[in-house]
Amino acid sequence: MEPRHTISVWVDNIPGVLSRVTGLFSGRGFNIESLCVAETMDPEVSRITLVTTGDEQIIEQVIKQLRKLINVIKVVDLTTVEHVEREMALVKVKAEDRSRAEVLRIADIFRCRVVDVSPNSYTLEITGNHEKIKAVLDLLKVHGIHEVVRTGTLAIQRSKKD
Amino acid sequence: MKLTGAKILLECLKREGVKHIFGYPGGVVLDIYDELTRCPEIRHILVRHEQAAAHAADGYARASAKVGVALVTSGPGATNTVTGIASAYMDSIPIVVLTGQVPTALIGNDAFQEVDIVGITRPCTKHNYLVKDVRQLAQTIHEAFHIARSGRPGPVLVDLPKDVIQASTVPKFPESIKIRSYNPTYHCNPRQVKRALDLILAAKKPVLYTGGGIILSNAAEDLFQFATSLQIPVTSTLMGLGGFPGDHPLWMGMLGMHGTYCANMAVSQADVLIAVGARFDDRVTGKLSEFAPHAKTVHIDIDPSSISKNVVVDIPIVGDCRDALKQFNDLLAQMTLEDIAAIRSQWLATIRDWQEKHPLTYTWSDTTIKPQYVVEKLWELTQGEAYITTEVGQNQMWAAQFYKFKRPRQLMTSGGLGVMGYGFPAAMGVQVAKPDATVIDIAGDGSIQMNIQEMITVVENDLPVKVAILNNSFLGMVRQWQQLFYERRYSATPLKAPDFVKLAEAYGAVGLRATKPEEVEPVIKEALHTPKPVIMDFRVEPEECVLPMVPAGKPMHEMLLA
Ligand SMILES: Cc1ncc(C[n+]2csc(CCOP(=O)(O)OP(=O)(O)O)c2C)c(N)n1
Repeated sequence: MEPRHTISVWVDNIPGVLSRVTGLFSGRGFNIESLCVAETMDPEVSRITLVTTGDEQIIEQVIKQLRKLINVIKVVDLTTVEHVEREMALVKVKAEDRSRAEVLRIADIFRCRVVDVSPNSYTLEITGNHEKIKAVLDLLKVHGIHEVVRTGTLAIQRSKKD
Repeated sequence: MKLTGAKILLECLKREGVKHIFGYPGGVVLDIYDELTRCPEIRHILVRHEQAAAHAADGYARASAKVGVALVTSGPGATNTVTGIASAYMDSIPIVVLTGQVPTALIGNDAFQEVDIVGITRPCTKHNYLVKDVRQLAQTIHEAFHIARSGRPGPVLVDLPKDVIQASTVPKFPESIKIRSYNPTYHCNPRQVKRALDLILAAKKPVLYTGGGIILSNAAEDLFQFATSLQIPVTSTLMGLGGFPGDHPLWMGMLGMHGTYCANMAVSQADVLIAVGARFDDRVTGKLSEFAPHAKTVHIDIDPSSISKNVVVDIPIVGDCRDALKQFNDLLAQMTLEDIAAIRSQWLATIRDWQEKHPLTYTWSDTTIKPQYVVEKLWELTQGEAYITTEVGQNQMWAAQFYKFKRPRQLMTSGGLGVMGYGFPAAMGVQVAKPDATVIDIAGDGSIQMNIQEMITVVENDLPVKVAILNNSFLGMVRQWQQLFYERRYSATPLKAPDFVKLAEAYGAVGLRATKPEEVEPVIKEALHTPKPVIMDFRVEPEECVLPMVPAGKPMHEMLLA
């Protein structure tokens, strides 16, 4: 598989900018695995975190093409620096008599929160990196998952320690 | 004082130096057209199809080095410009397209003649805008012109809802401009430039491969000085023709699919390739992995995304071509060079051998007109001074091969998108920019039928454009591929055309025809002496092929030769 890159893109917070970014990916045949967008502390700027895959030459093109968009202010490939990544998932798991305790145990081990309870299901909130979420979902699958919703990856550069 | 949006718009255009607009009216732009009656400084040329407005603005921009402007109505008016915008985008031509839009309150309601033109043109404009508030109009128009003409130029579209045009405000016309996220790099990194020059000075078989960037950055003189002082042979892309004089001994002709034997061989054997304002397009490189296989490459381009897109280069230089060439020339001026003529003699001798072995040529016929002969005669009888536009297909390639362009901005052709129907409206735009010049559209009988309606526009506006149709009764270039790669099955390529002489006359222009070689010269002479638009219908050899030809996907030294 081609390497994953997590890229932060600062853009003007005005209508249509997101479609310029996603249109660029579809038009040029680049992949988007996930994407998150929200306003930054500066209300005129939004920050997009996107995960893409590709060899070195493709990633170089992705970054250059993003920078070429007039509404793009800054692009950083976080993969090239020390950074922290998080995703979140909400999972509605089947939890009937026999499995109720087991599901809660899994939730506990992985520090998931129970955000909704019904007689035959729990809804869990899982936060973590891509791998952790996958691990939890794999464990819960055996009990039966009704529904999953997931965010894309969020990422931030680590502060210098010295 | 409060002004309406329409008035502010025209005031902005005047401030940007706009003298001509190519356009077509409609419901939502009525207010702009009304305001035009009170604006004698701007001349509006009414086209007969909005596609032609965009191409005319493109031709105007190329010939004049200014920003071309088109103005159209919403919906179908706007969608009709898309081909013209896409062509300008591929060729990096600065135009501003103003489209009317339904009132803001109706946007998104599938209103009459509503279309999301900003959405449609997002991938084929450098940037585009929807103006939602009249208070932003002046700033937006200023930004649009700035973005169109700066950096790597390109088309910018501004969508103008009817209510914004009708609303009033006290305008603030911006004097300067600052877009935080847009700062093109003009000045090339001197260290990279020095590294590149060292590489070039050590080269035994250097080649300059130049593109449209030379024309766009007005770098022809700097290129000439650089190439001649180091005696480096020059080839260029279609877009770069005219960037180096076509009659100079260092000129090798165009490279690529229909490039000269010499240019393609030189690139295939070069040890250093200096790409200036060119982008390693597939029509130029052929099989990518075998392009310039022995060369270290220097790539100068103002658009960082052009660099290392198709080929990984050894020394990338981001910036204006002209700046880089100037820096080269300044560095050279401080050096004492060894005897360049002696150093270069062997390589230039090889180049000359290639030129003599396989020059551009064709078989003469006493009975049928060869299309190449027509182009040669056009060149001769205009002393190589005419502005030439082309359609697309064989006509375009023969124009590129046999008209020896002297100066930049002399050739306008839809290079990147390859739009049949470009040449004639573009010629109209060129003639508006250069009223006293000879402007000739070298056309095919297929392509000319794509925008023939503009005949009446040139007649009405006294634009004495000349159209030279190389009439082969085929969609010639497609037929050529069918001949070479599909065993001569001519599927949908033979085509009928109207009687072009009568057609010209019906439009109020002049029609001339040549069916024999000896009629070519008198027809051209008569056309050039006629102070009106003229169509020349040259009945040429129907099954002539453009050669040399590198079949698609083959390495460049594997050419089919004449
Ligand atoms: C708008 C458009 N449609 C289709 C094509 C594909 N095409 C490329 S060359 C060509 C034939 C052009 O024929 P003609 O204008 O007669 O010129 P010739 O090649 O005979 O000189 C065609 C159909 C194109 N380039 N542009």
